[in-house]
Amino acid sequence: MPRSRFYGAAAAAMAVAVLVGACGGSATGSGGTGGTKPYIAIVSKGSQHQFWQAVQKGATDEATAKGATITYEGPASESEVDKQLTMLQTALDKKPAAICFAALDSKAAGPLLQKAKDAKVPVVGFDSGVDSDIPVTTVSTDNIAAAGEAADQMAKLIGDSGKVAVIVHDQTSQTGTTRRDGFVNRMKEKHPNIQVVAVEYGAGDPVKSADLAKAVMTANPDLKGFFGANEGSAKGVLNALKETGKENKVVAIGYDSGQQQIDAIKSGVMAGAITQNPVGIGAKCVSAALDAIAGKTLPKTIDTGYYWYDKTNIDKAEIQAVLYK
Amino acid sequence: MTTPTASYRSRVQALVTGDALQRILALGALVVLLLFFSAISPPFRTTDNFTSILVATAVNGILAMGVTFVIITGGIDLSVGTTMTLCTVVLGLTVTKAGLPLWIGLPAAMAAGAFLGTLNGLLIAKAKLPPFIATLGMLNVARGLAQILSDVKPIYFEGNPEFYDVFMGKPLLGIPNVVFVMFGAAVIAHVVLTRTVLGRYTFALGSNEEATRLSGVNVDRWKIAVYALCGLFAGLAGILIGARMTSAQPSVGLGYELDAIAAAVIGGTSLSGGEGSIVGTIIGAFIISTLTIGLSIVGVPDQWKLVITGLVVIGAVWLDILRRRNRA
Repeated sequence: MPRSRFYGAAAAAMAVAVLVGACGGSATGSGGTGGTKPYIAIVSKGSQHQFWQAVQKGATDEATAKGATITYEGPASESEVDKQLTMLQTALDKKPAAICFAALDSKAAGPLLQKAKDAKVPVVGFDSGVDSDIPVTTVSTDNIAAAGEAADQMAKLIGDSGKVAVIVHDQTSQTGTTRRDGFVNRMKEKHPNIQVVAVEYGAGDPVKSADLAKAVMTANPDLKGFFGANEGSAKGVLNALKETGKENKVVAIGYDSGQQQIDAIKSGVMAGAITQNPVGIGAKCVSAALDAIAGKTLPKTIDTGYYWYDKTNIDKAEIQAVLYK
Repeated sequence: MTTPTASYRSRVQALVTGDALQRILALGALVVLLLFFSAISPPFRTTDNFTSILVATAVNGILAMGVTFVIITGGIDLSVGTTMTLCTVVLGLTVTKAGLPLWIGLPAAMAAGAFLGTLNGLLIAKAKLPPFIATLGMLNVARGLAQILSDVKPIYFEGNPEFYDVFMGKPLLGIPNVVFVMFGAAVIAHVVLTRTVLGRYTFALGSNEEATRLSGVNVDRWKIAVYALCGLFAGLAGILIGARMTSAQPSVGLGYELDAIAAAVIGGTSLSGGEGSIVGTIIGAFIISTLTIGLSIVGVPDQWKLVITGLVVIGAVWLDILRRRNRA
């Protein structure tokens, strides 16, 4: 029936139009064409993880305070390099006054960054940053130092000797490799009696990471401690300890925050965790971008810091300000 | 592909001998794997470790049972992983956000799964979308809805500490209840597949849909029922994974569909339809978790684990093809 097919097509077209309209309406900023507020396009490494939502919050608050318009987007998972490039291209097409960018793959983004440079759009790198000389500055956590701190804390907790293991989200991302290396190398350099017996990759999935952590404990019944290198991995460690009844017997150290880690630290099941300052990363990103737009010179890197938090300081205001649930 | 010229007799033969052969091969492979890892690694051959393998199989095993039904009809369901996620979120909404008791939340989660499954079935049977496309779309719809409903944040089952104990408690033989739930579901799935009208039509649809239609069977209705059943299993898996994580994690679940399909295929379910069994699928799911855990205990690097699990899937399908070719 051509007639019904026509109505079907028309209905589908209308549905698409309405959806696009609805989504478009929620986007802030309409390119660098109108208004006095500078428009900053932020392309993040993710949008769903709470860490990225905390970065977004910091950026949004800072933009509101300083009178800038921003858009914030990132791919669904940290392996979607291609989708991120499309987002960066779209951001460039909107002719922003500045771009904040956390590259999943710096080299892959090279040509687009060159385009930004040619168009005289300043680029501010953040989080893992951008490995090139185009960004005017990079706003990030020193992951190597932060994971090294986790190693020192672990050493202190287990009496500077014994076996420990690391559960990491992946071995392709910059945060995965730097946190792993920061932890493992610090152990080698400063704590020679501690042996890192296993490094497992659980994709940040709390259940898959738990299965891996259990396997590590099976292979090493005398394991003294676990370092979970991101929120999902740390949750996996906690799940594994719970399922094997080894809570409070094996030292657990986590990374970032989220309800489960916060609860575990309060109850003592997790000894402590490293937290970055996601809200600060977002805020400093926007302020650095505004400085760049104003033509100010910026330092090569802006360290947003990290904190070690445990039962003793979790309720302090400076820690509470950077934790997310 | 099903050969429309194949005689009824050879099809019966395929159902009995061929299928059984693949199952025996899969069981043999599982036994070899278990013996191999036990031989080279003392920590592997411990009761605790076997318990870990059982627990690690539960979620994938249940997803794979639903997928088995769908694959036997000659279809595919790519949406099971994210449907599972959505079901966990629905559980979180009813139990944590709305404060309703678990006995309302659990059926609600399963109903959500069955509902999405029914939508898949309608798209495939009535709107005539290819199953691959319909369920690929549903994968994203379910994922998006899970994120919208949860506001992209995990929902913790804080008000229901008993939820974890119901499924992860070990009152029997020191084995967590999820394992018994998986085997219970397997028995039900096996009976449905082999002893009921639904099971019979599941095979009939996959062997020759046109012939089934011509013999007066309401093909569309049974197809919808099969997809709904698959969604129901995803709902059950959603409950189990929620119990293990004591939360609904809106970003977990993507990729689980591939493990479920792999388990079914390793267990002898033919992607061209008409062949498969729940016993085989469970064995397939065990092979996957035994490999993952065994390789990690032995200390094989992650990248090689991926290569090895990939090769096992390819090997299983290749065997399936060789078997068919020899029979033809």
